Amino acid sequence: MSSVRLYMEFFKGFWKENPAFRQLLGMCPLLAVTTSVINGVSMGIAMTFVLISTSIVVSLIRKIVPNQVRIATFTIIIATFVTIADLYLRAKFPPISKELGPYVPLIVVNCIILGRQEAFAKKNPLYRSFLDALGMGLGFTLALLLLGAIRELLGSGSILGIQILGTWFEPWVIMILPAGAFITLGFLIALMNVIDQRLKRTA
Amino acid sequence: MNIILIFIAATIVNNIVLTYFLGICPFLGVSSKIESAVGMGLAATFVMTLAATVTWLIYHYILVRFNVPFLEYVSFILVIASLVQIVEMFIRKFSPDLYRALGIYLPLITTNCAILGLTLFMVLREYNFLESIVFGFGSGVGFTLVLLIMAGIREELEFADVPEAFKGAPLTLIISGLLALAFMGFSGIISTS
Repeated sequence: MSSVRLYMEFFKGFWKENPAFRQLLGMCPLLAVTTSVINGVSMGIAMTFVLISTSIVVSLIRKIVPNQVRIATFTIIIATFVTIADLYLRAKFPPISKELGPYVPLIVVNCIILGRQEAFAKKNPLYRSFLDALGMGLGFTLALLLLGAIRELLGSGSILGIQILGTWFEPWVIMILPAGAFITLGFLIALMNVIDQRLKRTA
Repeated sequence: MNIILIFIAATIVNNIVLTYFLGICPFLGVSSKIESAVGMGLAATFVMTLAATVTWLIYHYILVRFNVPFLEYVSFILVIASLVQIVEMFIRKFSPDLYRALGIYLPLITTNCAILGLTLFMVLREYNFLESIVFGFGSGVGFTLVLLIMAGIREELEFADVPEAFKGAPLTLIISGLLALAFMGFSGIISTS
């Protein structure tokens, strides 16, 4: 019984409780950095790192943090890990760090991370919190990857910088612009709703 | 002149919601009624102006002076959180009417990424003290403007017949996309000057 639940702890982040498409959290990195696949995935990895590290620490100290100051404590823990991730990116991958710009430090105020601490890590043991954070992080990365792939393909005709559509293809500039991000995400969520409705009808 | 340009850029041309995607959560969540959009917008403008002022001072007189700029994120988020708390206590004490009007929106602002984003942009673009204040205020006005437009549209939408799958978030996002497109029309104002 409990092994089934552990398995769910990991997989719920992909579809049923996908933080981006279902809970509509973490919208700003989702929309801002998904102009290409590589940006989206780097952001996803940075987020996942911060989410897992924070969840581990919060889960470990959950019994000694007084309830009144928990939000402030969580925020400082998050900000510390974000600083680590940002400095690492700046040192090892300067071009990516430049592309992502202020959206890496903005992970601090990303509602997904604080949300998982409040909803999960502060009342669950270490391994459960770890699985939850991993699933949520990967679910979010998947959303970033999907949005990045669609926008890069339609906006510049390439994926991961490799030209896929031929010269006949006139790039849809709007997909790279902010407007394209909003519209693509809107249609993706609508598509997810349609699939869910179908599943419900057959079930 | 420079200051007027920064104000116009922050309010309309590079609108914080529609070009930088900051403050999307309240934008999607709060903006379904005009009254609550006004309350949220006012509270945010107030905190943004204050946050820009205080973080500029902290960054230049503490972090740069003692050579610890890597503490930027930790200190900024702490400053913003305590600022919101202080503002809340101050307003409750001195203007109960205003407190009732802004009340519930104030705590929400701490987690509003627009505030932290704004202070980060301020450091990145190396604004001086006055420019930072104008930038903070302008961003707040821009945020309020977009929140109001969105609330107006959504109030009308309640009477529209929308396909089931597009109800709620998907439609709001698509409308925001169209709004962003409309705001792009303003981008000529600054690049030509």
